[in-house]
Amino acid sequence: MADDKDVLRDVWFGRIPTCFTLNQDEVTEREAEPYYLLLPRVSYLTLVTDKVKKHFLKVMRAEDVEEMWFEYEGTPLKWHYPIGVLFDLHASNNVLPWSITVHFKNFPDHDLLHCPSNSVIEAHFMSSIKEADALKHKSQVVNDMQKKDHKQLWMGLQNDKFDQFWAMNRKLMEYPTEDGGFRYIPFRIYQTMSDRPFIQKLFRPVSPEGSAHSLGDLLKEMYPDAITNDGEQKRYQVVIHGIEPLLETPLQWLSEHLSHPDNFLHICVIPVPTD
Amino acid sequence: MPVSLLWAVDVYGRVYSLSTAGQQWEQCRDAQMEFKRVTAAQQCCWGIACDNNIYLNVHASDLPVRYQEETYENQRWNPVDGFSERLLPSDRWQWSDVTGLQHQPLDSFQLPSSSWEWEGDWYVDENFEGEPTEKGGWSYAIDFPATYTKDKKWNSCVRRRRWLRYRRYKAMDTWAKIPSQQTTLPDPFSDISCGGWEISEEPRGRLSLWAVSLQGKVWFRDGIYHHNPEGSLWEEVFLPGEVIQISCGPGDLVWAVLWEGQLIVREGISRDCPKGSSWAVVESPSPDVGAIHVAVGINVVWAVTKDNKVWFRRGVNSHNPCGSGWISMVGEMITINVGLNDQVWAINCEDRAVYFRQGVTSSELSGKTWKAITVPRDGDRSHSSFSFLSTLDSAGCYFCGEVRAQSVVSDAESDTEKGSADGANIGSAPPAVPEEESIPGEGEVKAPCAGSALSPSQSGGPLDPQWSNVDLEEAQQAQTVAVQDTADTCSLSSVATYTLAMEDPYGADEHPLWAWVSGGGCSVDSHSQLNWFNFSMNTLVSSVQSMSLSVSPAQTAAWRRQIFEQLSERTKREMDNFRHYEQAIEQSVWVKKGTMQWWRDWKPHKWIDVHFALEQFSGPDGNKDGILFIYYNYYEEKKYLHAFINEVTILVPVLNDSKHTFAIYTPERTKQRWPIRLAAATELEMHDWLALLSVSCCDSRGIHGPPSKQAIWSITCKGDIFISEPSPGLEAMPYPTPCDQMFWRQVGGHLRVVECNSVGIVWGIGYDHTAWVHTGGYGGGFFQGLASSTDNIYTQTDVKSVYIYENQRWNPVTGYTNRGLPTDRYMWSDASGLHECTKTNTKPPSPQWTWVTYVSFADFVRRRRWARKCKLTTTGPWQEIPPIPLSDVTILPCTAQSSVDVIPVWAISNKGDVLCRLGVTALTPAGSSWLHVGTDQPFKSISIGAASQVWAIARDGSAFYRGSVSARSPAGDCWYHIPSPAKQKLKQVSVGRTSVYTVDENGNLWYRQGVTPSYPQGSSWEHISNNVRKVSVGPLDQVWIIADKVQGSHSLSCGTVCHRLGVQPVEPKGQSWDYGIGGGWDHITVRGNSVEPPRLRLPSLTDPSSRNPVPVRNTEVNGVGN
Repeated sequence: MADDKDVLRDVWFGRIPTCFTLNQDEVTEREAEPYYLLLPRVSYLTLVTDKVKKHFLKVMRAEDVEEMWFEYEGTPLKWHYPIGVLFDLHASNNVLPWSITVHFKNFPDHDLLHCPSNSVIEAHFMSSIKEADALKHKSQVVNDMQKKDHKQLWMGLQNDKFDQFWAMNRKLMEYPTEDGGFRYIPFRIYQTMSDRPFIQKLFRPVSPEGSAHSLGDLLKEMYPDAITNDGEQKRYQVVIHGIEPLLETPLQWLSEHLSHPDNFLHICVIPVPTD
Repeated sequence: MPVSLLWAVDVYGRVYSLSTAGQQWEQCRDAQMEFKRVTAAQQCCWGIACDNNIYLNVHASDLPVRYQEETYENQRWNPVDGFSERLLPSDRWQWSDVTGLQHQPLDSFQLPSSSWEWEGDWYVDENFEGEPTEKGGWSYAIDFPATYTKDKKWNSCVRRRRWLRYRRYKAMDTWAKIPSQQTTLPDPFSDISCGGWEISEEPRGRLSLWAVSLQGKVWFRDGIYHHNPEGSLWEEVFLPGEVIQISCGPGDLVWAVLWEGQLIVREGISRDCPKGSSWAVVESPSPDVGAIHVAVGINVVWAVTKDNKVWFRRGVNSHNPCGSGWISMVGEMITINVGLNDQVWAINCEDRAVYFRQGVTSSELSGKTWKAITVPRDGDRSHSSFSFLSTLDSAGCYFCGEVRAQSVVSDAESDTEKGSADGANIGSAPPAVPEEESIPGEGEVKAPCAGSALSPSQSGGPLDPQWSNVDLEEAQQAQTVAVQDTADTCSLSSVATYTLAMEDPYGADEHPLWAWVSGGGCSVDSHSQLNWFNFSMNTLVSSVQSMSLSVSPAQTAAWRRQIFEQLSERTKREMDNFRHYEQAIEQSVWVKKGTMQWWRDWKPHKWIDVHFALEQFSGPDGNKDGILFIYYNYYEEKKYLHAFINEVTILVPVLNDSKHTFAIYTPERTKQRWPIRLAAATELEMHDWLALLSVSCCDSRGIHGPPSKQAIWSITCKGDIFISEPSPGLEAMPYPTPCDQMFWRQVGGHLRVVECNSVGIVWGIGYDHTAWVHTGGYGGGFFQGLASSTDNIYTQTDVKSVYIYENQRWNPVTGYTNRGLPTDRYMWSDASGLHECTKTNTKPPSPQWTWVTYVSFADFVRRRRWARKCKLTTTGPWQEIPPIPLSDVTILPCTAQSSVDVIPVWAISNKGDVLCRLGVTALTPAGSSWLHVGTDQPFKSISIGAASQVWAIARDGSAFYRGSVSARSPAGDCWYHIPSPAKQKLKQVSVGRTSVYTVDENGNLWYRQGVTPSYPQGSSWEHISNNVRKVSVGPLDQVWIIADKVQGSHSLSCGTVCHRLGVQPVEPKGQSWDYGIGGGWDHITVRGNSVEPPRLRLPSLTDPSSRNPVPVRNTEVNGVGN
């Protein structure tokens, strides 16, 4: 039987085959070939697309190039969401590879954050980890870490070093046995149908009576529509890392094993495809 | 942590137990009557019933309690009758004990109590010092008393033979009355406490039982040990006053409470004197309010004063059993109890609930908070008022004794209360009087106590003011509060509460009202997960649900299966068709650097500071690899040493007391017997490096996850466990994989013995004889995070004794002194005498260990041995198999084709009993229960071969073969005695497919000649090798040993893994040895490796398995190479 550690590996090494095509409105010197890449699900678009940028810049004039941004079927892709979340949310039921359009003009300021350098991604990533640890351990673990430990987490993600990252990240996943879990579970629930970016509230892994909360318990409280009641047609899929865990899955286990490197459990609620 | 029980008595005298895995109090329905008090050990529970008799409840065990009675029949030769019972008048009795002084005919043996039964009739012992005798079991001598031989000679004038009969303790799992000693016990007992099992070497044998009578006398029960659970007689212990309650810890602490409210501490308790020698007095925590109750553990003392305040005694240990001061604790309790691991339970005076002290660890003995145990009792909801009334009657009568006794206390106490009300000073004056009296009183006690030269009580006396001053300062602050409370809180509210409860039975049934609790048998510690809290009747259903979720084998839970399945589907969907795509992130070199010390290669060898770096990168085929570098200075010149990670064969932590060191071996360095030795600055740093290097080595060889079923297991002399995945060529002929190329990785845990077989069943035995079964996981210990599985890792503890010797030299003027000659051994040394130790400098074997008991001694002729126990707590993929401690175990080695369902497992208990484990299968590797196999003497080693041939070694050094063992008769029918090789005492045996090998006490390895299916006992022993410490024969008849004295090119090593080369069906003895990892190895088992080597006739290129030189992950069982 597979081991829980294998889940961590599978989560970390999840890849989305992607085809990048240049937006047709871009001015090019010659035709731009599409660019194919395996994107790590747990990373960020702007962190792993240096090669894409280099590829398209070859056919463009420098004066036509502004900040690069990505779009899928008309939706600008928020680089500060993990890649896997973007894919699950917008494209999970479509044909692979995932086809992303690359833009170098008309940056949609009202939809996207600017990302002038990797240090912006690092700051975003580290602040997520700190926020998550505030929920899990009142920030005690992350504050006990040294600067180099923080760096190790970031470098692990940036260089796709699973061992390096987890050697440090395991400390963020510990909790006192008698508590039965973290203080609160850091989670975010995403949906396409709403203007709200995501749902994030305080939720404990263990009920006041001492029983473990499940994924279903969380959704019941945060997003009751996502749950299919008896006799109903299933309307929504609850997707984490491209899979649909059973609703009885303990939330604490999910938080330990299916969280992204930013230590949040990113849950996508998407409508069931109608075909 | 195995399941164990917490015992408690409610106010109606009903006895309940609560399992550490349970969620409700189970009533002890067997109890025919009500009990006042119980005191538990792990193997039994003692109690005082309402008839004032003492009862014993021995928990049923697969290992019966048997006692061997023996007597000798003596005869003399005369010319008329030959040998006859007609003896000379000067001779011994015709029936006598071994010395001949005691007359004991067969019919003089009586069962000691009705709890015993005879197993069979008397029979003659036909085994004489390991040799079978002629018929009749006679041994001969010239005269009594003399040296006996088994052969009759011309001058043999007398002969004798031994008769044996076993009796068995039958009163298991039931309350059996201890026969009372009418003559010496005038008054009934009111309190009882057992403990003391940690004092002696025998882990679960001896017990100390202390009892208090209603008149305030203290009695000690003598002679309680495993074979005599009831003990033999009560001995009175002289006292400085009248005692109301006593508490005996697992070690050598015994405290009691006097009527006047002071406490007395027993001193001089040791292995040789479990009763102790004298008492020292300790004042009550608060000067105005006397103590009413005391509870002791190994290193703790808790007390309750009459105002229900709880107190913790600082600084208590064996050296200083009196401790140094009182600390006031939160909570108001009526009684308190300390169980195993110094864990604490108490009964609250408000709600009468049992509270557990949370957070008690060896570093924080006073714990953190009180937490109520809120589980219901069995039948709580079904109980009708009817059943309740019936218990009321008896409750009314049985408490009268206790109520009377306590009312005296409360009278006395109300007097002092009045006193304190009258005048400020008088309140403190009365307690001072008995204190003065008690010191001369103790002087009298000293006299009968064999006049020990150094009287602890003397030193205790003058010390009194000193520590009481300290106490007062600390206690005074709490005192002001305590005194105020005394007025309105009835200190003996216990009596009042009983009445209340009886008047309102319905109210009482809502939650139990407890009167007494005992955790002496309850094995929990700060790591334990208990389901005793968070429990109220309303949430019963939901909690049970959540329980079942966590209890059900988590691996098989549907949600988990779903996640595993979907993740692999996701991999297929999103990745499998796109492998040719470019990766977004290029793999780069990752370097980790640090500073360490290195044991330099050139002479003089010493530790020098070095820089250490590990460079990891992805090899061309995607495999991860790395190089480690050691940068050092050689005469001002910068140099470096490097090793390829894929050449490293093992990383061995070598913990010693001054440095955190580890050794790195490659095949080359194994040949040299000279590893790279490194020392990290801290233990944490070393563990980080070891975990990282280990992951790196495993990555480079593509080894992940749990050990395969074929794995070879070994153990170092430090108890560290290593596994190696056998390559298919390991047993190949004529060119096997060299032993020094085997790659070993560590798994968590600490063991002395490990045994396995090829269906993946692995058992271990700790230094403390605890049996463990492998859970199928890996990692644990310092392998946290990735290098470790999550679900199968449990806490493991081990205890071992460390001995140092005090050497004395005889000197014509002064006799034996500790003034030695310069050439002598050190005054304090280890057993060899070569290594200097002192009582203060001797440290635990490594920083992982902590001392649990302190030095006690046993006398030797000219040197005294001081023993000290230390305890290690670690984690590993091991689960305890309670309750019988083992010294050896063996598992049937399955051959490649066999499909055995139930796998025979045999073991030897630490007392030498032979046991056969039932119900062991691949899915239930721990089995279900033990079947005891009778022997006439204790055994020490056992091994079962692939054809169920069971061989064993007895304590006298001879071998035994068990006849007719089969699947239908797993325990066989009888033992065949097989004499040992001439003048050698065997100590260990290992049986493979057909080969039988033994090792004797002088390090010789023997092969059993002439073993055939029709004559499985064989004919003779053939000498194979010397300097052998241990042997393991596998299912292919492969032979591996641990050898002493292996010469490497740089250094000599002891405890080296060696492989017998040239072993073939036609030549099972092999030809020569191949040397592998070592020294420092203690144990190896190759009994899991049933992978037939690739046939020589096959060109190796066509053999798929030989193309891959490294062991493959998840090597299929029995499948490779065939």
